[in-house]
Amino acid sequence: MAVCVETAAAELRDVYSSGKTRTCEWRVSQLKAMLKIAIHHEKEIIEALNSDLGKHEHEAFLHEIAAVRSACRMALKQLHRWMKPEKVKTSMTTFPSSAEIVSEPYGVVLVISTWNYPILLSLEPVIAAISAGNAVVLKPSEVAAATSSTMSKLLGQYMDVSAVKVVEGGIQETSALLEQKWDKIFYTGNSKVGRVVLTAAAKHLTPVILELGGKCPAIVDSDINLTVAVRRIISGKWGCNSGQTCVSPDYIITTKDYASQLVDALSSELERFYGKDPVNSKDMSKIINSRHFERLSKLLDEDKVSGKIVIGGQWDKANLKIAPTVILDAPEDSLIMNEEIFGPLLPIITVNNIKDGINLITSKEKPLAAYIFTNDKKLKEEFVQRVSAGGIGVNEVTLHLAEDTLPFGGVGESGMGSYHGKFSFDAFSHKKPVLYRGFNGEISARYPPYSPRKLKFLKAVLSGDIIGIIRALLGW
Amino acid sequence: MEDFHGLIGLRRAFRAGKTRGIEWRMCQLRALLKLVSENEARFFEALEQDLGKHPVEAYRDEIGVLKKSADHALLNIKKWMAPKKGHLPLLLFPSRAEVLPEPLGTVLIFGSWNFPISLTLDPLVGAISAGNTVVVKPSELAPACSSLICQTIPLYLDREAIRVVEGGSDVADKLLQQQWDKIFFTGSPRVGRIIMTAAAKHLTPVTLELGGKCPVILDSFSESDLKVVVKRIVGGKWGPCAGQACIGIDYLLVQKKLASHLIESLKACIKKFYGDDVKSLQSICRIVNKNHFDRVCSLLEEPSVGASVIYGGSLDRENLMIEPTVLLDPPVDAPIMTDEIFGPLLPIITLDKIEDSIDFINARPKPLAIYAFTHNNKLKDQILQETSSGSVTFNDTMIQFICDSLPFGGVGQSGFGRYHGKYSFDTFSHEKAVLHRSFYLELEPRYPPWNDFKLEFIRLAYNFEYVGLLLLLLGLRRRYTSSRSH
Repeated sequence: MAVCVETAAAELRDVYSSGKTRTCEWRVSQLKAMLKIAIHHEKEIIEALNSDLGKHEHEAFLHEIAAVRSACRMALKQLHRWMKPEKVKTSMTTFPSSAEIVSEPYGVVLVISTWNYPILLSLEPVIAAISAGNAVVLKPSEVAAATSSTMSKLLGQYMDVSAVKVVEGGIQETSALLEQKWDKIFYTGNSKVGRVVLTAAAKHLTPVILELGGKCPAIVDSDINLTVAVRRIISGKWGCNSGQTCVSPDYIITTKDYASQLVDALSSELERFYGKDPVNSKDMSKIINSRHFERLSKLLDEDKVSGKIVIGGQWDKANLKIAPTVILDAPEDSLIMNEEIFGPLLPIITVNNIKDGINLITSKEKPLAAYIFTNDKKLKEEFVQRVSAGGIGVNEVTLHLAEDTLPFGGVGESGMGSYHGKFSFDAFSHKKPVLYRGFNGEISARYPPYSPRKLKFLKAVLSGDIIGIIRALLGW
Repeated sequence: MEDFHGLIGLRRAFRAGKTRGIEWRMCQLRALLKLVSENEARFFEALEQDLGKHPVEAYRDEIGVLKKSADHALLNIKKWMAPKKGHLPLLLFPSRAEVLPEPLGTVLIFGSWNFPISLTLDPLVGAISAGNTVVVKPSELAPACSSLICQTIPLYLDREAIRVVEGGSDVADKLLQQQWDKIFFTGSPRVGRIIMTAAAKHLTPVTLELGGKCPVILDSFSESDLKVVVKRIVGGKWGPCAGQACIGIDYLLVQKKLASHLIESLKACIKKFYGDDVKSLQSICRIVNKNHFDRVCSLLEEPSVGASVIYGGSLDRENLMIEPTVLLDPPVDAPIMTDEIFGPLLPIITLDKIEDSIDFINARPKPLAIYAFTHNNKLKDQILQETSSGSVTFNDTMIQFICDSLPFGGVGQSGFGRYHGKYSFDTFSHEKAVLHRSFYLELEPRYPPWNDFKLEFIRLAYNFEYVGLLLLLLGLRRRYTSSRSH
């Protein structure tokens, strides 16, 4: 589908200027249309996800379709409240006055999405942009081709195409899109392209939200319910798109003494979940394409890593499947410990003292998420305070994402800006402060010609000193 | 370069956790207040030297603003630092969620020359409140203030955590090559682009406080109201730094039939406030330097623009003074109406209907502020709904700047990000989402191998259908089959 990017952007700007997308009715109608897509085309979407990623129906429903539906429902339910101006107090300094903060749409926005959760990570930002009253272009990832074309078709069918457009394509289309002026850009992907997006945005002074990834660590202490911890780790790693998830645990830190117990638990729970022949398990997604498959097998092929595989290691190149693989004590300087893995490989790093794990994490770039499994209150507290990450899960992985009252977004190398729940609405709204004044309460000290008495008076006003004000007024 | 050794120290101090405690933050804020109080006379002097700023103006726009910010932060910092609890659905029980603000790390603040004290140190209040280590780079175009800041800060504030780096664009370039956890910039859109491009290399978030052409919309008024309106306009245009202010009034929109009466009132008020001889103007700043003086003068050079001057226009290049100048209907395609004026010139644009002001404003980049004087609620609504700007102030000018409960910042060409009050704290904080769980109550359907029961469970759980869930668990509910299509 060859949509001329320039024309599309210009059309959207006209539609936005007409004020159509600002009305509550329009937003509601579009959210309802989006909900219809997620309800009536479940099967089609699941098939597309299966063809792109071999994603099991269960995962496709849980992580993508259900999440899109609840984002729509929440926006529909809360929209009126979100749109209402927020009254704020004013101080004596500006007395008499009243003030509020009005949420207004940015205008015409661009959403560039990614391939690992191609439905959720495309439609949730679009839902956010619509809720806030913007006109929007969605550029789905060409890497998840079937899903991209399904979305293009369905959005074209259900949504108001004059204000919500899908532009399919690869690098060329993305570059063309980035040349245009947008009022906000929302990008999900890697930090390399994140830099490209940010640089392009600088030309037009466009604010940007970058949802990136990083190496998300998980500390596993020894005083815990190991089975529960291991099951949660497995579901957050291999149960989330075979580890091709920005918040999946990337590596584990545990103590030298505890490592073998942990490996045993992982091994037995993995077998319970995926059977003895996990490469052929239908319950685990495949690797997205051969390029990524090569990238992952290279991480395993490295000499200093290949000898350290304690679980898994099998792969099936033809079907792009890799078994859940655990590497014990991968060296600090190996590739696998220096790149975001984004796949079904899990290195375990061992330390003498579990507290060293915190130092290890803080010595690296800030990840999108950091996890700890422990019952030690002090360790928990230290971890929460000292580790900087987009989000933190204590005794849990990835689940903070499902929580609407928590903002989801990165910090440092893992990105900037956040969304989910009301944060999504805010991400696409300019918060316009409005101050209302009457004509009484003129303070002549504001105005020239200036005098020492005016200075005295101003000092009292700005520090909120009522007695000082009276004294100054009386000329004392 | 010596300064960058300082940067390593700042990073070390941050990592050591020195700046995170509330004690450190409060101690630094108090020290900043002490700095300002004990050196008030020197600040007045430096501002007089750099900009000819009168002490009353200096106190109103700089010292007072800064003190108020620091006081406000001291009063509220405990509340700001407290984690915010999130509400969780029953499904995740037992668990606890919170949003924990944490400092971003080592941050860089670029001040600007028009309010060289407040626009440099007010962001510092935010950075300190949020627990960051900071490099402050004051503007070299206000050299007396820059050097005063550089001299005094190390005497009062923690040198291991807060540093001042003086210099021009070469120093700024070198600073921008370093990696920062946040850059806060006040200045022009042109430099804003440079800052953002440099920041992209390190994925550094930026706050850009830029400017733009801020309009005044003036509806019709009674004679008594008009007196107040004119004072607020004249005070807002020429009062703060002689119009060299990012939220200063750039131009004025008024109905044709009201223009002549307005102009007479403006003239009288200007004379009363500032005098009418360029050699003996009082209570008004000078232009910051020769470059800017020439830039502002060049806006008047075009003959058609020069012909539209109806008041003022006298220049004193030696003393860098420009008389408050009013223009009536200069050509809208002339530089004075396409560039940000940033000086003591006020073009008045007349319209047939005041409602036309909406289209006029929308045809230009989004300004940092819109000021509208009106009693008409319909017009107020229209302005709020149909225009976009950093802020809107009804029936006054400039005063939104000192309102701690309102965020201050631009949109579009006027920048992004915001500060003041709690927003300053937020600007220099990362809101970290934290989910606490225990090991009880495992939900089996989360885990593979997948089956229809688990799918149906998730389906109900997502809709928060707890009754359905119960029935399903008791085996009383028909399971979903994947062949069914809706």
